[in-house]
Amino acid sequence: MIVGLENWTLARPELFLAAATALLLIYGVVRGEIATPFVSAATSVALLVTAALLFLPYREGTAFSSLFIVDRLTATMKALVLVGSALAILMSRAYFEQARAWRFEYPLVVALATLGMMLMISANDLMALYVGLELQSLALYVIAAFQRDSVRSTEAGIKYFVLGSVASCMLLFGSSLIYGFCGGTAFVQISGALADGRATEIGVIIGLVFVVAGLAFKVSAVPFHMWTPDVYEGAPTPVTALFAVAPKIAAMSLLVSVLMGPFKPLFAQWQQIIVVASVFSMALGAFAALRQQNIKRLMAYSSIGNVGYVLLGVASGSEKGIQAVVFYLAIYMVMTLGVFATILMMKRRNIMVEQVSDLAGLARSQPMMALGMLIFMFSLAGIPPLAGFWGKLYIFMAAVEAKLFVPAVLGVLASVVASYYYLRIVKVMYFDEPPGEAIDRPAFGVNRAVALVAAFLIAVFSLAPQPLSLIAEAAAKGLFP
Amino acid sequence: MSSWPILSLITFLPLVGALFCLIVNGPKEAVDRNCRSVAIVTTTVTFLISLLLWVRFDPTKAGFQFEEKIAWVPALNIGYHAGIDGISLFFVLLSTLLTPICILASWESIKVRVKEYMIAFLVLETFMVGMFCALDLALFYVFFEGVLIPMFLIIGVWGGKRRVYAAFKFFLYTLLGSVLMLLAIIAVYWQVGTTDLPTAMEKLNLPFTWQCWLWLAFFASFAVKVPMWPVHTWLPDAHVEAPTAGSVILAGVLLKMGGYGFLRFSIPLFPEATQYFAPLVFGLSLVAVIYTSLVALVQEDMKKLIAYSSVAHMGFVTIGAFVMNMQGVQGSIFQMLSHGIVSAALFLCVGVVYDRMHTREIAAYGGLVHRMPRYAFTFLFFTLASVGLPGLSGFVGEFLVLLGAFKANTWVAFLAATSLILGAAYALWLYRKIIFGELSKDSLKGILDMNKREIAIFLPLILLTIWMGVYPNSFLDPMAPAVDKLVGDYQAALKLARTAALAP
Repeated sequence: MIVGLENWTLARPELFLAAATALLLIYGVVRGEIATPFVSAATSVALLVTAALLFLPYREGTAFSSLFIVDRLTATMKALVLVGSALAILMSRAYFEQARAWRFEYPLVVALATLGMMLMISANDLMALYVGLELQSLALYVIAAFQRDSVRSTEAGIKYFVLGSVASCMLLFGSSLIYGFCGGTAFVQISGALADGRATEIGVIIGLVFVVAGLAFKVSAVPFHMWTPDVYEGAPTPVTALFAVAPKIAAMSLLVSVLMGPFKPLFAQWQQIIVVASVFSMALGAFAALRQQNIKRLMAYSSIGNVGYVLLGVASGSEKGIQAVVFYLAIYMVMTLGVFATILMMKRRNIMVEQVSDLAGLARSQPMMALGMLIFMFSLAGIPPLAGFWGKLYIFMAAVEAKLFVPAVLGVLASVVASYYYLRIVKVMYFDEPPGEAIDRPAFGVNRAVALVAAFLIAVFSLAPQPLSLIAEAAAKGLFP
Repeated sequence: MSSWPILSLITFLPLVGALFCLIVNGPKEAVDRNCRSVAIVTTTVTFLISLLLWVRFDPTKAGFQFEEKIAWVPALNIGYHAGIDGISLFFVLLSTLLTPICILASWESIKVRVKEYMIAFLVLETFMVGMFCALDLALFYVFFEGVLIPMFLIIGVWGGKRRVYAAFKFFLYTLLGSVLMLLAIIAVYWQVGTTDLPTAMEKLNLPFTWQCWLWLAFFASFAVKVPMWPVHTWLPDAHVEAPTAGSVILAGVLLKMGGYGFLRFSIPLFPEATQYFAPLVFGLSLVAVIYTSLVALVQEDMKKLIAYSSVAHMGFVTIGAFVMNMQGVQGSIFQMLSHGIVSAALFLCVGVVYDRMHTREIAAYGGLVHRMPRYAFTFLFFTLASVGLPGLSGFVGEFLVLLGAFKANTWVAFLAATSLILGAAYALWLYRKIIFGELSKDSLKGILDMNKREIAIFLPLILLTIWMGVYPNSFLDPMAPAVDKLVGDYQAALKLARTAALAP
């Protein structure tokens, strides 16, 4: 047997997804544009099947000479990413059909991006990490510019590409420093070297800073957030929905496994960086969104703020903190998908609208749609009893346990500021008079179903957060055996 | 019967009504009619069931009764733990009594989006009752904050001209205070490993500096809710802009959440800090009592005047709670109950004329006694109850608080007593301006007296006010053991701390 292939079955989900994507690509190329509906549906199914394969049966261990690792944490994160991507593909159809950009390549590129995300989540080596990250990033650059006859979409794609490349360079540079000082790229080698007393060497720390900076870009944490609002606003809305969910979760998972894995001995060093990034992300996410008129741009700042809270959980560096991260990300995904499903239903005379003011009087014209959005907004603001509150509670519990009192206080204060703009959307929907022409009645379809299910899930998590916290607990065990 | 979870029943019954309202569909008139009926039936049934609590309450016991305990989020050690003692019993009853009255008061005045209105009120009742029953810090916080959502909508959707501003101010002010309390709750959690309140009371043993920080965090939340000077400014805006029933619930129940919070959490959990900060509370309360009474004197809006008088009355409550003797604490609770009924009734009185004239300006009225004798009587009754006429409920609370304060600090009692004069001044001035004088304004010439529905609203409140004033023991006796325990535990904790400090 070839060395390194002993445990290749651990990568069954990834291999399945790669094979499925390749076959569907061939099918699409042979059949042409007619194949689009089938390819789209089949890709979503393939993604969900991949998610099922993660747990049927669930096995853990490392494969490919320790390049690849599977544990509870990676499996849980991958499941979130896969579900997010599958839904993002399903949600995109109506939008792209109307924009006359409904092509079979779109679901396939999303699937490739997802494959990259899965690889980076499972990375156990800096090289594997980089390869996974680049597969993901390149695919995402393409879909940001997918609506190629739209100037804004193209601009978003180029912006994302240029800034993303800089981040990748930083990551590579950091990796090379770490390789130089630790004598290897495998996580085991790095943690071994650090345990041997290399931890004090300045080169390692500089390398760490560059790696963290590269990853902070991917999760859009301050001060590497600049691309987020423009890309969110410019990219086609279904693509924004994808960006807000899957890559965020994947990069956050990567950040956790890098920092809590090989760099655990440098906890005191990276904790400072993460705390600062967290506090500034929470603050910027809160203040910068106050005056946004475009709802996609507003959601971009909201996502920056949410990343800040997740980072606070990471910064606590404890088992509770990692549980909180998983818990928060799961709820964040449900809320975000719900919001974007609602945004995708915002049409007037069958034309997409995306200003906050377009929601005026929604509670009268479309009461159920408004009620759903109300639930998402109060949940995002973290008002109990809604699910978002439990996420924040979890995070702050971890932060207080880790004695991060000042960041915790700043965090709750930022959440009060942030609640203002979530409330503003509620205000526009409920308090304002409807304009002459109301929003169209949302058509039956995927988006309506997603919004409904998301609202329902929020309600369930609000009343019974226990099952989700058990999942988070099991996932965190992956890092704290 | 004893195994029936009465507390959960009265907490969640309104929610069932809300779900009913949610699925009602059809032509607008039918929906409105059905939702009104569902709401009034649900809240009345809830009130009747809650009376069972009083009947079956054992007034000799100091501990919690009707306890229910279920593990809710075992991963975080958060439980659904409900129970009431003599302190919370009457707050639960106050909430369940005022909600049906509010529904009745909005019967005709709310014409748009009746369905949503009724749902908001039913959800609000669930949160209020749940909050007073909660014996778990996290559960308490969930209900305490949850109240904001329906109230935000009630003010914002059905309020007056500046409703958006008032709704935001109300929400953000309260939220800002509460999030700090959340951190304090988490800190308590890491000290005792659970958010269960009785366990925390037993086990929590914090160094003095920590007590102070956590006390301040709780204070930030409750002081905004009470509201204490200088964080009271949201109240006049919220009251003025809210619909009548919204003001009633705000004044009747929501303000009590702050005073109740002090008694339930701040004092038992942080006794030393309570003693340390008591002068601060006295100072702020006295400013509130005197300053807001003076401010009330110059108001031009009826609701604003009553709102400022609420701040002054709640100043008495905080003084009573922090003198920490039997009379003071009992007086404080009694004052909250009395204020809950009387100020609610005063807002309803304003609502009666507002429904007819659609203005709250004092200058727009005068001489109503000529056209509305029944109304004049009701208004006078509650004005005098608010001023503290002996024989009515307001007197008992104020008297007990002053008695307790006199024991603790004569100057506090002296300064607080000035508000009796100021209170009489603004309340009687308001009454004279609106009810007496010539009926000279043309717009008032056709005004009608109270109808049967309105009488039905006020009658129970009048009877209750007389009952509380004439025979307060029905209310003081059940709360006595619980208050006694509160004061006793507090003194014991202080004594323990003092001996610990003296020990070598």
